[in-house]
Amino acid sequence: MPSATRFFSGDDEPQGLGGKLLRINWLLVALLTAAAAVGFLMLYSVAGGDLDRWARPQILRFTLGFGVMILVALIDIRVWRSIAVPLYALSLLLLIGVELFGTVGMGAKRWLVLGPLRIQPSELMKLALVMVLALYYQRLSPEKISRPFWIALPLLIILVPAVLVAKQPDLGTALLLIAGGGLMMMLAGVAWWFFALVGTLGISGIVAVFMSRGTNWQLLKDYQFRRIETFLDPSQDPLGSGYHITQSMIAIGSGGVTGKGYLKGTQTHLSFMPEAHTDFIYPSLAEEFGLLGSLGLLGLYMGIVFFAMLTALTIRSTFGRLVAMGVSVTFFFYFAINMAMVMGLAPVVGVPLPLVSFGGTSMLVILFGFGLLLSAKVHSRSRR
Amino acid sequence: MIDRDEEERQKRFTRRALLLFGGQCGIAGLLAWRMHQLQVVEAAQYQLQARDNRVNVQPIAPIRGEIFDRNGAPLAVNRHNYRVQIIRERSDDIEATFERLQQIIDISPRALERAMRRMQRSRRFVAVPLVDNLSWEEFARINANLPTLPGVEPDVNWTRFYPERESLAHVIGYVAAVNERDLERDTTGDPALRLPDARIGKNGTEKAAEMTLRGQTGRREIEVNAAGREQREISRDNGLPGTSLTLTIDQQLQRYVHARLVGESAAAVVMDVRNGDLLALASTPAYDPNKFVFGISHADWNALRENELDPLRDKATAGLYPPGSTFKMLTAIAAQAEGAMKPGEKIRCVGHTDLGNRRFHCWKRGGHGSLDMQGAIKHSCDIYFYEAAKRIGIDKLAQIAQRFGIGTAPELELPNVKRGVMPTQDWKFANIGERWQQGETLIAGIGQGFILTSPLQLAVMTARLADGRAQISPRLVKQMNGADLPLPSVPALDIDERFIDLARRGMNAVVNETRGTAYRARILPPEFAMAGKTGTAQVRRISKAERESGVRKNEELPWKLRDHALFVAYAPVENPRFAVSVVIEHGGSGSGAAAPVARDILLRAQYGEEPPLEAYPRELRDQIAREREARAGPIGIAEEG
Repeated sequence: MPSATRFFSGDDEPQGLGGKLLRINWLLVALLTAAAAVGFLMLYSVAGGDLDRWARPQILRFTLGFGVMILVALIDIRVWRSIAVPLYALSLLLLIGVELFGTVGMGAKRWLVLGPLRIQPSELMKLALVMVLALYYQRLSPEKISRPFWIALPLLIILVPAVLVAKQPDLGTALLLIAGGGLMMMLAGVAWWFFALVGTLGISGIVAVFMSRGTNWQLLKDYQFRRIETFLDPSQDPLGSGYHITQSMIAIGSGGVTGKGYLKGTQTHLSFMPEAHTDFIYPSLAEEFGLLGSLGLLGLYMGIVFFAMLTALTIRSTFGRLVAMGVSVTFFFYFAINMAMVMGLAPVVGVPLPLVSFGGTSMLVILFGFGLLLSAKVHSRSRR
Repeated sequence: MIDRDEEERQKRFTRRALLLFGGQCGIAGLLAWRMHQLQVVEAAQYQLQARDNRVNVQPIAPIRGEIFDRNGAPLAVNRHNYRVQIIRERSDDIEATFERLQQIIDISPRALERAMRRMQRSRRFVAVPLVDNLSWEEFARINANLPTLPGVEPDVNWTRFYPERESLAHVIGYVAAVNERDLERDTTGDPALRLPDARIGKNGTEKAAEMTLRGQTGRREIEVNAAGREQREISRDNGLPGTSLTLTIDQQLQRYVHARLVGESAAAVVMDVRNGDLLALASTPAYDPNKFVFGISHADWNALRENELDPLRDKATAGLYPPGSTFKMLTAIAAQAEGAMKPGEKIRCVGHTDLGNRRFHCWKRGGHGSLDMQGAIKHSCDIYFYEAAKRIGIDKLAQIAQRFGIGTAPELELPNVKRGVMPTQDWKFANIGERWQQGETLIAGIGQGFILTSPLQLAVMTARLADGRAQISPRLVKQMNGADLPLPSVPALDIDERFIDLARRGMNAVVNETRGTAYRARILPPEFAMAGKTGTAQVRRISKAERESGVRKNEELPWKLRDHALFVAYAPVENPRFAVSVVIEHGGSGSGAAAPVARDILLRAQYGEEPPLEAYPRELRDQIAREREARAGPIGIAEEG
């Protein structure tokens, strides 16, 4: 398989636009497009067979995002490396802006409205954090990596935006930032003792959070506690906040092995499933296509993660491979948390199903991220 | 060195990346396991829940069985109810719709307000009833104007109608909306009872035969969305309509009897001696059961409740009265059966008799002189029956009386059939806690004291006397869905018929012999002649002082203190066919008030129409003719139409 060899181990310096295009990992691009196509299919179904409602705008966004991804891939990774710090700074500013002037939606301030643009800075921050951490470890000499001071610095880089996001309040995304950043540190080679320490502190922290409930130094909002409670026992509150999980699990479970058939999901089409076009699109898929469909999408996602990792392993530059893995990890977190949430394995947090859920910002951020991954691979020979 | 460093770094990265991927595969495995658990292991349960979610089972109320008289005349029927419902989501401006609707039909402000309130509580697509019971003209007008009435939904459903109105109110009863107490008492769990239009039998046969009339509730499964809005019908089972009942009641006779009693607080029962069929069962005053079907107004309800003539009570089955002298036949029979007295034995009546230091009076102040048993019945002499009862003893008397139905409740498809009281020594000790006094036996002998009977029981007693062989039992339902019900087998009376025959001869004498207490109420044609017994049940106690100064006449007393007038009769004297009991509350004397009513009822029952004047004694004909003229037509016919 000579072509496969080209995909995974090409070491030549790219020559011109044609050469760059050839070096793009098209298999990965195909898998991403396939996942997006599943999204189009489901958005058409969830809208009750209406193309214009969600599917068509989603296709337009994907087309735009696809173009952005290829464009990003063709631009030298060093260019992107150079904007890592400004991007991070911008994201941080936007997050502060949200804190000050954000639009309130569904009980949380998450969006900044700038003219016609509705920006969700926390999404942008996911990307910026990956890039700035990759840059940090590229610049850091290997022997310093596990020194406390040089650990403290990336911790700060991670925790400052995480705290801002948590204040919106968007605990899900905040935890995602922390987990993603932590994994980047792990990949960069930070010593295991640090993670053991963090693990210990984390568990004590969780205990402390639960102990704080009802006291005047309560660490989580009441609704966050309720979400955790309904997660632990959805039947406790079947018509309140447990409704989402209960209906979602009914939709998934009732799909059985082969599903109820495309456009025939009763849970979806009789509007028992709330938010079926955004965070809860996966149950609709599982209902209409059954276990085959739900495992199929999981397989597709894991394929993306796998090939993203393979690509990362062949990238020479520390920045490149860290960015590549960072994008892959973020992507994994997206779908794993979303799936765990709709299947009752995780509390309900606002995390979309990547490339499938209806939504512009996350789609653009993901495709931009994969553009970086592809670019890192395309420009792999280039020295730092 | 730098390359070695770099190589080491890359190796570590690769190791950690692979480790991370391993972890990710682990999580993916967990997700896959969860999918398997939900979609394979627990799939059946979730499929059930998904079905529960979308499928709504709605009960379909079955059509209630109708009720007819013995000749097929409708007594309780289902009729179309034309009504208007409002569906809020179909109109942008529901107020404007109301305004236009009010120009077309009258809507009471109360109904409007009620509909508004219900609309606020219901979802937008739910049809809320606005007005019921529209005339066909009104309904047609609304339908013609429908395009200008967005949100208005004309609708037709079934409602109960009682064409006989007052005359059969207590027998048929009525249906009304189901309330919380009905639901609590209901043991069937029938979901149709929770439908907004559900009606349940609240009184009379409608209540007592509720389960027969109701039918079997159907069900339909509909698919609904999360908001509860119907999407489509999945399946439908219409259930089974209720069983129709044919009563033993004769609608024409019932109308006549009712009309004959109107104006009095009274009750009358007509029974077929041969099989126990209840031909008429009337209680006045009555009420219009149709008023209850859509909910009776407070004013009407209070008027009924506060009426001291108690229109809500079925006096025929639940009114209890001392039988008075109508009981004397039973004392006479018991005296013979117990060998306490021979029919020929004469007892001398001087107007009173003494027991210890108590004096018991005859209704006739001067006394009757010497009377044998038949004469004692004919003249209704109290002294004779005091003596008879004294010799029999209360317990033996009760045994015989019970065989004639006194103190036992007949089983009927009516909700409130009273047992009354036939006292015994044990009964008094258990219920009053005192020992029986012999004086009370004497009083019981003339049907006073503790004895309480309903007009129905008196009719049953009379039928058994007339028949003389079996314990004829009353029945109200003749057919179900048009199929004859078998006559219940009844136990024998088990009393020597000669004893009963003597009582009957006494009853014949009461009516058909000169100086009999009801001689004025006799029927002339021998083939229609009646035998009967007057009764006057004392409501108050007559003091010694009053007795000495002369007992006050009924007309001098306030209505509430006047005696109840009773009369029991059967006809014809030979081969009796009809037994009748009449009780007129505070009507005065049995002979004056009740006997003519019984006579008229028996005339009507036997002739089947207005009897000729020749059926009446000569001395009454002028008066009867005048009455008929005054009414400008016979009673009963005027009620029709």
